[in-house]
Amino acid sequence: MKDPRLENAGVDAWLVRLFDRIDEANMPWLMALCDRCEQAFGEALVDLVPSYTTLLVQYRPQQLTASQARTLLTDILADLAPDEAASAGETKEIPVWYDASVGPELARLEAEKGLTRDQVIEIHSGHEYRVFALGFAPGFGFMGSVDPRLETPRLATPRKRVPAGSVALAGRQTSAYPRVSPGGWNLLGRTPVTLFDPSRERMSFLQVGDRVRFVAIGREEFERLGGDTTPVAPVQEERS
Amino acid sequence: MTTRTLGTLRVEKAGPLATLQDPGRFGVRRLGVTQGGPADLHAFAWANYLLGNAWEAAVLEVTLGGLTLVAEQDTRLALCGADLSASLDGEPLAPWQAFTLPKGKALTFGMPVSGVRAYLAVGGGFHAEPVLGSLSCVTREGLGGHQGDGKPLATGDRLTFARGAAQATGGTREVPAEERIDYREPATLALVPGAQIADFTGESTFRAFHTDWTVDTRTDRMGVRLTGPRLDCRLESMISEGIALGAVQVPPDGQPIALLNDRQTIGGYPRLGTLTPMACSRLAQCHPGQKVRLRPVALSLAQADYLRQFQAFQAPAASRG
Repeated sequence: MKDPRLENAGVDAWLVRLFDRIDEANMPWLMALCDRCEQAFGEALVDLVPSYTTLLVQYRPQQLTASQARTLLTDILADLAPDEAASAGETKEIPVWYDASVGPELARLEAEKGLTRDQVIEIHSGHEYRVFALGFAPGFGFMGSVDPRLETPRLATPRKRVPAGSVALAGRQTSAYPRVSPGGWNLLGRTPVTLFDPSRERMSFLQVGDRVRFVAIGREEFERLGGDTTPVAPVQEERS
Repeated sequence: MTTRTLGTLRVEKAGPLATLQDPGRFGVRRLGVTQGGPADLHAFAWANYLLGNAWEAAVLEVTLGGLTLVAEQDTRLALCGADLSASLDGEPLAPWQAFTLPKGKALTFGMPVSGVRAYLAVGGGFHAEPVLGSLSCVTREGLGGHQGDGKPLATGDRLTFARGAAQATGGTREVPAEERIDYREPATLALVPGAQIADFTGESTFRAFHTDWTVDTRTDRMGVRLTGPRLDCRLESMISEGIALGAVQVPPDGQPIALLNDRQTIGGYPRLGTLTPMACSRLAQCHPGQKVRLRPVALSLAQADYLRQFQAFQAPAASRG
């Protein structure tokens, strides 16, 4: 942590900027800051949104003035220490059926990167990722960092409909779509895991700070686990 | 709770988009779940106020009219916000008032006259099973609403509420004249300048606050696109970070987007600043093509104004007059 900055985000929120680049080493600081905010703000806390380098802190202006909230955050930051234990995160496995029928950008990656399909799969599944943030949609985890050999930009034109469970890649990040939604990431395969379920205790399969491994499975295993094999069409347009 | 204790409004015609909203879904944004809640918090609050409801009572947000509701018993309701040509059993019904919908009679919303979203409150609030602590309907996420699955009202649906609470408890409450907004007027939106404002060129900062912006057709509960002169920022994009209600992002095309209740939880465009809650309410009532101005306001003033506007509504029920 260098020199944390507090930036106003309206009448009821401050954005704490802790870092200026994406790094796994940020996580213990961000997790510790979440913890400390929960304790210090108590009832006056409305919501926390951690992301790669920042934490958005929304509070009740009925209970704290903007300057009181700022002072509280300044005090927390003065003696903030990274919480390695709390931010170790759980290790989670996401089984993936890597197949061109459900991951049409596999072929593009092979062609563009000069790799075989097995190499693409090996590189994607051979690395442990960290969940840096959840957002875009409930339970959608932004995970990094993908091996530079697979680094690839978003599609120029997003798909109107990406099937639930789609495992995808954009830049040096990877994720899986919790439910059907529009999306511009490159699809590599599909997981049978339910990534978001409001009736489940922690709702989101992934939590910020988790460590994630993708595990390649075959079609039979995918179907046995309840996966949906409905194919998805490749995007026609050329990428800009 | 048995159905016998409940009163019901039947949806005879659904219209384009009508959803239940309470103040929103909080404490779950770190899971990627959006806030939701009334796009026009101001009109939402006055509708509950008219009936003496608790601040957080769930209200029906009616977008662009087209809805017909029939009462299955005499029901006390309040209507605030947009004028969507409402009529009660064929008689025109102006917003900003409480009224009784008699058993078997229809409340019909037609074409928008002023504003986009009307708020219909019932004594005690509408009932539904909360999802993640809130009834707020977010269609994109499939959460909340009258059935809990994020679906807007459909023809044949029923809206339920406590029958006993259908009586008026607000007495003779009225909405002060200055709070009954004519949404057809050009709007001035208060904006607390934000972190990246120094990264915009001086000319862009000047333009931001001295031009008429036009509300684009791309406007919904997620956000409102404004078109006008191009705003240039030295930062093209940033690492994604949490987005507050009313954040005004400027993507590389230089046209700002004000983010509203159903916005994504994190995003990575530079921000001019954050609209106040009142400015979000006002913007949410603008039709495409309407002109708006942005006016910078100091944080301390904006917060004081917010408290003055909303504190009365949010006070605990026991201490309300």
